[in-house]
Amino acid sequence: MAIGRAKIKSVGAAQSPLLGAAMFTPAVLYILLLVAGPFFLAIFYAFSDARIGNTEMHYVGLENFRSILKSPSFRIAIRNSFIFTICSQIVVIVGANILAIALEKTFRGRGFIRFLILLPWVAPIALGAIGWKWILDSIYSVISWVLVALHFYKPFNAPMWLGEPHLAIASVLLVHSWRLMPFSTVILLAGRTAIPKDIPEAAAVDGAGFWRTQFQIIIPMMRPILSVAVLFGLIFTFTDMTVVYILTAGGPFDSTQTLPSLAFAMGIQGSDLAAGAAISLFLVPLLIIIAYFMLRVAHRAEVN
Amino acid sequence: MAVVETRSLTKVFKEGELGAVNSVNLETREGEFLVFLGPSGSGKTTLLRMIAGLETPTSGEILIGGRVVNELSPRDRRIAMVFQSYALYPHLSVYKNIAFPLKAQKVKKDLHKQKVEWAASLLGIGALLDRKPRELSGGERQRVALARAIVREPAVFLLDEPLSNLDAKLRASAREELERFHRRVGTTTIYVTHDQVEAMAMGDRVLVLNKGVVHQLGTPTEVYDNPADTFVATFLGSPPMNLAELSDVIVGFRPEHFRPVSSVNGEAVAFRFKVENIEYLGSEWIVSGTPASGKLGGQKVFSRLNSAQDLSLGGTYDFAVPQRELKFFDRSTEKRVEPKVVSWQ
Amino acid sequence: MRLSRRIWGKVVHVLVITVFTVLLAFPFYWMVITSFKQNVDLYTMENNPFVFNAKPTLDHLKFLFTETRFVRWLANTTFVGIVVVAITLVLAVPAAYSLARLSGRWGERLGIAIFLTYLVPQTLLFIPLSRVVAYLGLQDSLWALILVYPSFTVPFSIWLLMGFFKSIPKELEDAAMVDGLTRFGAFAKMVIPISTSGILTVVIFTFTLVTQEFVYALTFISSESNQMIGTGIPIFLVRGDVYYWGALMAACLIASLPIAFLYNLFLDRFIAGFTVGAVK
Ligand SMILES: Nc1ncnc2c1ncn2[C@@H]1O[C@H](COP(=O)(O)OP(=O)(O)OP(=O)(O)O)[C@@H](O)[C@H]1O
Ligand SMILES: [Mg+2]
Repeated sequence: MAIGRAKIKSVGAAQSPLLGAAMFTPAVLYILLLVAGPFFLAIFYAFSDARIGNTEMHYVGLENFRSILKSPSFRIAIRNSFIFTICSQIVVIVGANILAIALEKTFRGRGFIRFLILLPWVAPIALGAIGWKWILDSIYSVISWVLVALHFYKPFNAPMWLGEPHLAIASVLLVHSWRLMPFSTVILLAGRTAIPKDIPEAAAVDGAGFWRTQFQIIIPMMRPILSVAVLFGLIFTFTDMTVVYILTAGGPFDSTQTLPSLAFAMGIQGSDLAAGAAISLFLVPLLIIIAYFMLRVAHRAEVN
Repeated sequence: MAVVETRSLTKVFKEGELGAVNSVNLETREGEFLVFLGPSGSGKTTLLRMIAGLETPTSGEILIGGRVVNELSPRDRRIAMVFQSYALYPHLSVYKNIAFPLKAQKVKKDLHKQKVEWAASLLGIGALLDRKPRELSGGERQRVALARAIVREPAVFLLDEPLSNLDAKLRASAREELERFHRRVGTTTIYVTHDQVEAMAMGDRVLVLNKGVVHQLGTPTEVYDNPADTFVATFLGSPPMNLAELSDVIVGFRPEHFRPVSSVNGEAVAFRFKVENIEYLGSEWIVSGTPASGKLGGQKVFSRLNSAQDLSLGGTYDFAVPQRELKFFDRSTEKRVEPKVVSWQ
Repeated sequence: MRLSRRIWGKVVHVLVITVFTVLLAFPFYWMVITSFKQNVDLYTMENNPFVFNAKPTLDHLKFLFTETRFVRWLANTTFVGIVVVAITLVLAVPAAYSLARLSGRWGERLGIAIFLTYLVPQTLLFIPLSRVVAYLGLQDSLWALILVYPSFTVPFSIWLLMGFFKSIPKELEDAAMVDGLTRFGAFAKMVIPISTSGILTVVIFTFTLVTQEFVYALTFISSESNQMIGTGIPIFLVRGDVYYWGALMAACLIASLPIAFLYNLFLDRFIAGFTVGAVK
């Protein structure tokens, strides 16, 4: 009897470390080879003088970092990376919260509206950015046309949205916010629907109005989900080079360059792999911080 | 002036369908404990939520303190509600949960502490004020929910099955505590349940609902001893009242009144009763079987006895119901009617 | 008084939805308009750009399909997508199952670690990978993309599937094993067949990630005929400084809509993956 029970238990508990290891090892190896491997290579290159078309390389110590830190375009890039990331997150979180509240109610056509709202996120960003490039065109911009039609500007005198540094920065910011808003909205919407309906009802009976219910009950309750949306948003924007590359290619005069786009410009287009690698390593600290907070969210979710 | 009153209150969720609540008229009495009782889906919650202002009536009026409140939002109705799930705010401490209604109603800040402590001590949760809801047991949560409800001294309490999340043992003690609490604060209370034991034990009056229609409103003894119709008669009591269709009336009698002839005094109706099942429930016995002849012949009938040791399965015995314990209902309307002379053969 | 408040609430609601929808969907609306406008209409500044001032035309579409490599890019993208999906499934399905079921608490931790590698961006790895690709002789080859894309599709797929496998009741597998299947047999013959919707989610997600990728395709692929849609359209539909806006917008639209549609169908599951368990 006792033997029989023990046997059943070993089958039923169903953990099988050996088989388990055999099943996850290929995936883990692949990821190690193609994520961890290149990551360490990047560190390695950053301390070398590797160039495209030259298989030889030598250790040069901190030389790459020294010259990068001296270059003005790097300073602009790092500043832009933070401006784009932080400002677009602020826009996105405010907008996404409002939109999520509006989408929470059921109404006719909500499915279709949701599809339209999601387009910026689900369509390939390179293509969305091209759409914006046309909208912000130097001559045929529809925005300019409207402003001229409203007599804000004289014909042929409208601003060059992508041609003047400040406007170009604003434009990139706009496109980043546009792209991320749907993503944050659906995440927040998922958070909202997970709150039992009687919580806001209890708040209503307790005498709270709309704003108090939102700011003192619902949004604080969504804190974990809000941090998920923010953390992903930070990563997606901070590490993105597509938007800048397509809209302005870093211009005019490197004024919209970000860390990733500068790394591409120097490392691939300029053939200076070492410099490119060194620049992209500046992404790492923020990534580590975000990973830390992500782990905290995951851990909290596990505990509760 | 009644604290809560409804006039032909109706709620239809989907047009063309039967209403979840149909033309309900009721009037609470000052300080009473009124129970809404009915099977699942009978519209109890819907009725309560309309009184709270969480659901908009399709038609009819709601009055609180003599004033029509249909157009008022929940916050302006001077009500407090305890939800089935308690709906405590998970991110706030017990103290802040209880203080929330005060904040929301813009009660002066310096009064908060005093009021929260008063409510907490009334419910014996003074020691829990710093905890978060998830660190509380089911019973403690219920008390916090009650404290949150009482703290702003509402005109009426609305409670929707507040005990259904507790296990059987806790439920009994929580019920007692709720009764004591009501006696102490004396606030008019409406309490929703589908548990007839709870309803009978706690209610000053019971409103019996089915399919959105009020079947009876009366004290527990009234609804049990003088049910207004066959629905009330069979919904209350376990096992339910025995019903028999005799020519143009339905006659009913409670299982506890259907006993061996030897223990029945006075004028009575007697049957030959074949025992088919005997259940021992500790303090009592439930005997079921079929009368051997007459109009009841072949129909299942229950008897509740203090002792069934003299009876054996398959045996046939002489049972009887006192004449005065018979209830009569109209066959078509199923409503209670005056006693009649009927033929049992 | 309450009535007027309710009407105001409705008005605000409709307003918010309309404003956001217009802002977010406008570029796509603009793509539609542009795709069917004649060049004289597009490039005359006095014209109201919101309406058709000349007859709508299919010229841009004709141009796109006959004069450009657009179809080739679509084919490339589909090919890479399918192969990457296959690799992803082969790697991710067993791994996710193992981490969800066979490896105890360790599996959970490893799963989170793998999820974190999804956060490592392409823009950090493309420089060293360009060397690796060159070293392997895969420059300007779709196989370079097939090699590197699973490095970001596999982690997220494992994470999605782990959640999915955990939701299958253990008793099912226990029953299968009591009925005589081996541990692996229970996975292959029992779990996989009932997990088709989870696996389908991964297929769609992987495919959309492949179509959305830009950095690797830009770095590793150089010739016009080997482009993916994400790079071919913005880079090769521009001849010198001349933008074929009509064709460009048509291409964006044609490439975006199917992907958007697929993604939308499976949205709730992707969201469940992104929320790291922060929503119950
Ligand atoms: N929001 C709603 N939409 C449509 N129908 C509803 C809604 N809420 C309740 N109903 C329906 O109204 C009827 C009454 O529901 P109600 O919740 O009031 O019953 P109840 O007596 O509280 O039942 P229970 O004891 O199960 O809580 C049911 O048939 C229910 O399906
Ligand atoms: Mg109910």
